[in-house]
Amino acid sequence: MQVERHDIELSVNGTIYRRAVESRILLSDFLRHDLELAGTHVGCEHGVCGACTILLDGAPIRSCLMLAVQANGHELSTVEGLAGRDGELHPVQQAMHDHHGLQCGYCTPGILMTMTAFLKQNSEPSEHEVREALSGNLCRCTGYQNVVDAMLAAAQTIRAAP
Amino acid sequence: MKPAPFKYIAASSLDHALALKAEHGDEARFLAGGQSLIPAMNFRLARPSVLIDINGLGELAGVERSEGAEIRVGALTRYRSLESDSRFLTDCPLFADALPHIAHPQIRNRGTIGGNLSHADPASELPAVAVAMQARMRIKSAKGGREVAASEFFQGLLTTDIRSDEMLVEIAFPAPRARTGTCFMEVARRRGDFALAGVAAVVTTDAKGRCSQLRLALCGVGETAVDASTAAASLIGQPWASEAIETVVSEVQAMIDPPGNVHASPDYQRHIAGVLAQRAITAAYSRAGHAG
Repeated sequence: MQVERHDIELSVNGTIYRRAVESRILLSDFLRHDLELAGTHVGCEHGVCGACTILLDGAPIRSCLMLAVQANGHELSTVEGLAGRDGELHPVQQAMHDHHGLQCGYCTPGILMTMTAFLKQNSEPSEHEVREALSGNLCRCTGYQNVVDAMLAAAQTIRAAP
Repeated sequence: MKPAPFKYIAASSLDHALALKAEHGDEARFLAGGQSLIPAMNFRLARPSVLIDINGLGELAGVERSEGAEIRVGALTRYRSLESDSRFLTDCPLFADALPHIAHPQIRNRGTIGGNLSHADPASELPAVAVAMQARMRIKSAKGGREVAASEFFQGLLTTDIRSDEMLVEIAFPAPRARTGTCFMEVARRRGDFALAGVAAVVTTDAKGRCSQLRLALCGVGETAVDASTAAASLIGQPWASEAIETVVSEVQAMIDPPGNVHASPDYQRHIAGVLAQRAITAAYSRAGHAG
């Protein structure tokens, strides 16, 4: 079959990109290989592990379950856009660092994207709600306890922010 | 890249999508939320040669209702919009119970009701919900439209009544009835995993609190959603009695043939189906009283 390409234009972390993509390129692979934004990790590539979670128009989604061509015209956010331009960590990143919420770090970008969107909607979550929100992100190192602690602390920081 | 090569076409209208499907037939698949189709394509279990993307068809998304009339849900309505539609959840409370069990928030932001029902996964919650609620499935092709009852729509493992040139475009749920209570429950190894067994119950009582209608459907225990309403026939016309439920439990357990899997033996699935049926009917009965 002849390789079929589509012109797409999309915004990632506020930067506009225009590319021609093959139909079958997954959004996760497009971000990593075409845009060289390798902070988005791929684990299972069938929607189970959550490592590839990014924000599509502000809502967390699995980037391995979407085609790059479908992202045409949309606004994406990835882990690369979380910290400030001066390198200051986002409160959720800082809390993960402070509370030792990661070990190998493979799942971390997905957790950060899921939880920044969650804490934006609910900055006063209970521990149960945090665990529920984390349910779609697998972590095989931490046992989640420190991740939960980090998220509760991040929520506090976000609430206290002016 | 994981999927095998295919031609991608973003449909510009429903008519365009249906014309493309008529042209390409079984070689083509509609792409809605993609939360089941894309994983299958990543594994190359599915290798459609044409993908017809219907995500741009706003006319297929949303909930429509008018007082006392059926509730019409567009096939492209995402789980997330249903979860955040409080009026829909009040009118169709089985969804309030069932939606949180569907995978995880990231999946619910993309997945659609029509994609779910067309995929007909045996462990999926919504086919059982649709069967219990006696939903009407509205199907279209370039030649015209037709309607099928949910109980006849699901035909087997990942198999529905949809023909190769057709699309499920709308699901209609009956208007809420008085003195009716509902409940959906399931058991899964972890939150969001595939159900080992799930039960949807809809109980309507008369003015004296006797059961006048009972709809019961199960997921995860057969090749497709199981309509188990006949198992509860002995309760019809009877006042509430917890002993009477015991009979229903054994009837349910006798009529299902769970396949078993790595997480649960058929006997264990049969056991939890019975326990869940008992609990779901009891809860639905009590909610019917409060709904009075």
